[in-house]
Amino acid sequence: MRERWLITLGYGVFVVFFTFPLWRAAAARSSGSMPRLQSSPAGQCVAPVEQMRVAHMNMLFQWREDAVRHNNLTFVAYNGKVYRKSLDGTCLSCHDKQQFCDRCHAYSGVSGPDCWNCHNDPRAFAPRVMP
Amino acid sequence: MRYRAGFALLIALAPACSGVALAFLPKSFLVLAPAVAYAACAIFLLGLLARLWRWTSSPVPFRIPTTCGQQRSLAWIPPARLDNPSTGLTAGARMLLEVLTFRSLLRNSRSRAGSDAVTSHDSLGLWLGAIVFHWSLLIILLRHLRLFVQPVPAFVLTLQKLDAPFHTGAHPLYLSDVALLLALAYLLLRRLANPLVRYVSLLTDYLALWLLLEVALTGVLMRYLIGVDVTSIKQFAVSLAAFSPVLPRNCGPWFFAHLFLACSLAAYIPFSKIAHMAGVWLSPTRNLANNNRAVRHINPWNAPVKTHTYAEWLEENKDKLKSAGIPE
Repeated sequence: MRERWLITLGYGVFVVFFTFPLWRAAAARSSGSMPRLQSSPAGQCVAPVEQMRVAHMNMLFQWREDAVRHNNLTFVAYNGKVYRKSLDGTCLSCHDKQQFCDRCHAYSGVSGPDCWNCHNDPRAFAPRVMP
Repeated sequence: MRYRAGFALLIALAPACSGVALAFLPKSFLVLAPAVAYAACAIFLLGLLARLWRWTSSPVPFRIPTTCGQQRSLAWIPPARLDNPSTGLTAGARMLLEVLTFRSLLRNSRSRAGSDAVTSHDSLGLWLGAIVFHWSLLIILLRHLRLFVQPVPAFVLTLQKLDAPFHTGAHPLYLSDVALLLALAYLLLRRLANPLVRYVSLLTDYLALWLLLEVALTGVLMRYLIGVDVTSIKQFAVSLAAFSPVLPRNCGPWFFAHLFLACSLAAYIPFSKIAHMAGVWLSPTRNLANNNRAVRHINPWNAPVKTHTYAEWLEENKDKLKSAGIPE
């Protein structure tokens, strides 16, 4: 059959496209393992780790609504501790944007959250200590 | 045929059941997840290649393209180059347009018997449902690459951004998700609501739609309502692609439902009508140029017939004819 080379080419295109993640993984040579994040220095977050991993975005969204629209700034955590609903004051006092937020967001390809449209990374603007 | 449908059902439902069971089983059964994923990918790839090979090795002795326009003939008659392709190039162009835009579905029409006449009018619902479904499925599949490839390719990030123009709630709403669900719902309702289509629908027609709907629904539920640990899922997906699977811990039952349903779908594809994704390219009514009259096509397996032409007879009896005075 004269068209056999064309069909074989089609096979090749199909296999190459389907196995894209395989050879891309081989070419990237990155370990591919998820980022290991430092636990917060205080040793305790506002919710258990499993819950924060799954639903931190919902909590932040809720905090924004409460703070901006309802002026409700008090958050009572699962263990009874009281926190201030503040990204800069509460979250970022333990977690670092670049070392904490950005690494997982870049890893999972989650497009940048809206947080940084209004908030600054406080550590990026920390005053330099002159020697 | 009945046997094949049952077989297909078994293939499709067995992993789905095991996925549901897995959600309630002890953690040690997590080891099933990579095994099922690899098995499904292998069945999909090898099964589709085997089916392609069957189509490739089937002889096509005569050109049977469907033609929908004026054939190329005399120079002063304008031919319909796309709808009646006479060269390989135009046949390829028609094929490409068919694959990308589903032109043949634009010809869909419905006839109605009135009191005095049968009327026929265009019916573009099927085309719209099909094209919205297929393109959003492609976008969703490409978006899933963010889970399988590390670092995430730039085009996937761009696609994500374009796909979610509205910021709604904590999760950007992907328009392709909405479009896919609407299109699938329409395609299923069309099968159920239209008595003529319902009459020609088989179990396997519904099965393909159901599987797609279930995969889409579990995905949408997981993303927008229930919430999952995406980094753990990505680690699992990347480890699958690197052939060093880690067990998918912390991924949650809905992820398993989604994964196993997707595996069922992938494993079912080579045995089902969804194989049209490969079959359309080898469809002889689509991929051949209509040049039956311009070019002589000889059946390749014609038995060799022993012939004796008049010219040969003349040559053999030249001397006798000459001596008898008979003019050639």
